[in-house]
Amino acid sequence: MNFPRELKYTKTHEWVRFTDEETAYIGITDYAQDQLGDLVFVNLPAEGDALTAGESFADVESVKAVSDVNSPVTGTVEKVNEELADAPEKMNEAPYDAWFVLAGGITGTEDLMDAEAYEAFVAEEG
Amino acid sequence: MKLIFEESAAGRHTEYLPEPDIPAVEPDFRPRQKKLRLPELSEVQVDRHYTALAKETRGVNGGFYPLGSCTMKYNPPVNEAAAALPGFASVHPLQPDETVQGCLEVMRQTEAYLAEITGMDAISLQPAAGAHGEFTGLLLIKAYHRAKGDAGRTKILVPDSAHGTNPASAAMAGFEVVNIPSDADGYVDLEELKKAAGPDTAGLMLTNPNTVGLFDPNIEAITRTVHEAGGLNYYDGANLNAIMGIVRPGDMGFDVVHLNLHKTFATPHGGGGPGSGPVGCKAFLRGFLPGIRVEENGGLLRRGEAAARIGDVRSFGSNFGVVVKALAYLLSIGREGVPRTAANAVLNANYLMNRLKGLYPMAFDATCMHEFVMTLEPLKQEIGVSAMDVAKALLDYGIHPPTMYFPLIVHEALMVEPTETETRETLDAAAEAFRAILEDARRDPEQMHGRPLTTRIRRPDEVKAARKPVVRYDFGD
Repeated sequence: MNFPRELKYTKTHEWVRFTDEETAYIGITDYAQDQLGDLVFVNLPAEGDALTAGESFADVESVKAVSDVNSPVTGTVEKVNEELADAPEKMNEAPYDAWFVLAGGITGTEDLMDAEAYEAFVAEEG
Repeated sequence: MKLIFEESAAGRHTEYLPEPDIPAVEPDFRPRQKKLRLPELSEVQVDRHYTALAKETRGVNGGFYPLGSCTMKYNPPVNEAAAALPGFASVHPLQPDETVQGCLEVMRQTEAYLAEITGMDAISLQPAAGAHGEFTGLLLIKAYHRAKGDAGRTKILVPDSAHGTNPASAAMAGFEVVNIPSDADGYVDLEELKKAAGPDTAGLMLTNPNTVGLFDPNIEAITRTVHEAGGLNYYDGANLNAIMGIVRPGDMGFDVVHLNLHKTFATPHGGGGPGSGPVGCKAFLRGFLPGIRVEENGGLLRRGEAAARIGDVRSFGSNFGVVVKALAYLLSIGREGVPRTAANAVLNANYLMNRLKGLYPMAFDATCMHEFVMTLEPLKQEIGVSAMDVAKALLDYGIHPPTMYFPLIVHEALMVEPTETETRETLDAAAEAFRAILEDARRDPEQMHGRPLTTRIRRPDEVKAARKPVVRYDFGD
């Protein structure tokens, strides 16, 4: 299981890669994709949509189930990774490259975990 | 097996209809430019094609079918015989009331029995399936709050163990869904429910027994909490088979219910015929019910409408043939048969669960109701054999796999619901199959990923089917 050190994480298994203090890419973790199994569909938000920390902003479908993806931060969707919709397998193959959205105007980051804390959380949950 | 299109040959057909003697009329709409590309076959070819397909299907009639949460109980043919009676099968919904008195009596009687079983005061037979019933029930709740001028109630509380249709129906009905977590024992977390219930709560949707097959011991505290917050309680009848004739949702504090006639009341599922999801409610909601209200007037049964009805949720009154089958079932098993059915369903589930307990870990250590959930997470961690692998291997024993990967709160879940009609021998054979599969898995985990070995189609590529679905015939042009 892979936990890149430079990322921040949530208890609901999303990762955040900050490009500056207020802007970040968001995706789901290696653990999340492993638990979900082969992903076959992703439902992405639209540019300009508001993001609220802890609330669902996208959903993913695997052969097992449909699951909500929660936003790790509060902000606005600046860019959407449309490629992901045509290639949902990218979430399985390279979860940390398969970003969902680029979020801007970010606030509400206090609950995010660093890689070490997230790895410990996963170990405990698993 | 070939597709019917692949069996087609130009010009081949069967002529058994007489030449029409009614003059042809030029249509006043634009006819299609291209001829429909229907397959061309002789009648016997068509017959054989569908007979071959029918042989490939799997039903309760073909063997043990413990598909959890679906209540795949035996559908007695007497139900079909009743529904096929010409007085039921040959009527038209637009016939005058006085010519369909028997049908109206069937509706009235079925409604009365279903009301008695659920502890409700009125039933509408109109919804055509379970989720349709949920949607209808939620519209009743919405209409109730609206009629009171209470527009701020926009949220429906749904436990995380609920059927996926519950949040979906709530969203369809225009509500916001609030997820209520389960506690460690699989029951509704009462403290979390108390925190969530408030002046914006329109209602709660609950299945009891819940999706992990447990009867929530706090049920009265749960429904009271919602009532005290001003919301209504909705009972999802998916699991009614475990309790019918023993406890009633109406006595547990529920205000609205839906039933699945195709589960609990032994009418066919899906491909075997249309579903039926009647909705029941307490008296104070009666005026909102959709569909036909059968009333007696001047010695005749008449079709009427509820005063403040939410509007029809489909055409006409019900999937009537299904209603006939459910009534035939109820009359066959009778007053004593209703609770005995529930008791047998629970006994069968507990028997099989206890036979499997030492082999497969159960998700929750408790006496189950009509179904139980095992988790294959430890097995997957240990030797890489998943719930999917075990489910597929059951096909080699002529057993339909249980429900997999549901409920979502249990990892690597297999959900087993034997139903009441299975014999002890069948349950023993199933337990033996589960044991043999585990033994195979421990001896050689790798071969498990290739199961089943004995079916004509081995393991379809579900991922490819979902990512690159082929949903129409390719004519090659």
